Amino acid sequence: MSKIKGKVWKYGDDINTDVIFPGKYTYTITDFNEMAKHALEDLDPEFSKNVKKGDVIVAGFNFGCGSSREQAASCLVAAGVGAVIAKSFSRIFFRNAINWGLPAIDCPEIFDHVEKGDEVVIDLEEGKIYAKGREFSFPPLRDEVKEILMSGGLINYLKKNLEEEK
Amino acid sequence: MGKTFAEKILARKSGKNEVKAGEIVTVQPDFVMSHDNSAAISKIFKSIGKKRVICPEKIVIVLDHCAPAASEKYANNHKIIREFVSENGIKNFYEINTGICHQVLPEKGFAYPGALVLGSDSHTTTYGAFGAFSTGIGRSEAAAIWATGKLWLKVPETIKFVINGKMPKGVYSKDLVLKIIGEIGADGALYKAVEFTGNTIDEMSLSERMVISNMAVEMGAKIGYMKPDEKVFEFLNEIDVKGEVEVVFSDEDAVYEKVIEMDVSHLSPKVSAPHTVDNVKDIEEVKGTKINQALLGTCTNGRLEDLRIAAKILKGKKIDKNVRLLVFPASMKIYKEALKEGIFEILLDAGAIILNPNCGPCLGAHEGVLADGEVCISTANRNFKGRMGNKNSFIYLGSPATVAVSAIKGEISDPREFF
Repeated sequence: MSKIKGKVWKYGDDINTDVIFPGKYTYTITDFNEMAKHALEDLDPEFSKNVKKGDVIVAGFNFGCGSSREQAASCLVAAGVGAVIAKSFSRIFFRNAINWGLPAIDCPEIFDHVEKGDEVVIDLEEGKIYAKGREFSFPPLRDEVKEILMSGGLINYLKKNLEEEK
Repeated sequence: MGKTFAEKILARKSGKNEVKAGEIVTVQPDFVMSHDNSAAISKIFKSIGKKRVICPEKIVIVLDHCAPAASEKYANNHKIIREFVSENGIKNFYEINTGICHQVLPEKGFAYPGALVLGSDSHTTTYGAFGAFSTGIGRSEAAAIWATGKLWLKVPETIKFVINGKMPKGVYSKDLVLKIIGEIGADGALYKAVEFTGNTIDEMSLSERMVISNMAVEMGAKIGYMKPDEKVFEFLNEIDVKGEVEVVFSDEDAVYEKVIEMDVSHLSPKVSAPHTVDNVKDIEEVKGTKINQALLGTCTNGRLEDLRIAAKILKGKKIDKNVRLLVFPASMKIYKEALKEGIFEILLDAGAIILNPNCGPCLGAHEGVLADGEVCISTANRNFKGRMGNKNSFIYLGSPATVAVSAIKGEISDPREFF
């Protein structure tokens, strides 16, 4: 989990949950593989057809704003997205991403330096992103949050902890 | 150095003497709210390996997102929830005839000063109008609270708005909150607690205040707090409050990240144009835009006062023949009151369709989904592309007065012309 390698999908500011996973599907599409097919449907119909495991979304400010719907994060996991790097994240999306084991990385600097299709390598332990011969740093996650992410999400984290309590 | 409301209440709820902005705390919420997504939450809950919820008395479930069920999927979803509620002895369960969660929780006494309410819905910020700390969380997090009774939160920095002045005629709290969002942007208060203060807020009714707290999340805020006053206490006196009221104020010398002052004496009607809430226009800029549908209601503007405003405008008039006017009162209590007051008769005579209290087409589920190329003016809180079920449609957001006047004229219109 600590190293992620993939190609960039680049989007702008205020990418909201309705274009990431439309509200009309929130109760009708619950199968994980089916969810993957609708990821970013109203924003970029090409995304779900061509995304590869480990690919990385690079976006502007306020990624994931809008609804609290967790599918906005889980559909990206289902689609194989390795991480989302943004200038900033909407609060609930950030939590949902971490809770699904999807790294949500605050790194505004990288935005102007990569384009769609560029390859990036993310080192979560080191707090570094490598792209086009350059290196970008991002602030480490708080320990409490990192533990959830590294457990593969909140549910796995809870299972582990409840197991230890027994 | 003084503390903000957010710092004080999160210290109490995490059992600490004091906490400061930036810190991560583990809190025990007073209530955890969920709605039709409770079926999905119950599935996640079961996957944790717990047999029964740890805190049935803290769980509040309201069926409102697609009620009554529009299809087999929705119906089965409701069934799973009803069975789970019964198996786990969850008493605070509200059936499809109660209303929209953000109206039902205040009505039923879950929104009060000092309450910590976490809800699996982004507009949980609404209860800030009653002096509660309330914010949205995800489904897994709701399941985590069902299993453990607690959750981590970051103590937010606080932005304070000081809003003064008398609102002009035909201008409402919806116009004010749209103006704020237009100015600071959809991420203007990202991850921050927001406090709304000043004599404009003091003068507002609770219904008007709820519009602002409801939409606090549209500026990215974690909470939209207002200092509880006599109006809140009078409201609470009339209902069965479900917890201990604990009035928590920010200290006079609290440290704010920012203080923003505004004067509303010359505020004009505002409209959010497609496809983002912060794409806010003066009414003059969008006036004349032809509409196909007008939506009055939702958790933002579906209260009795909102229906009264619309009825006053629509009395003795007819809506344009090319417009469908859909009315969604926010709760059955409001529905009954509106019926008793004769509001429905006025709206029906004008050509409106009155629907039962639920989220309806606001999130594109049913009861008024838009066709390709259609335009809707709505009192709801979001106008994202595809929000009302069709990515090729266009949603404008405005006050109940703007929606009512526009329905008559068949195009977006200035409600001040009515007054």
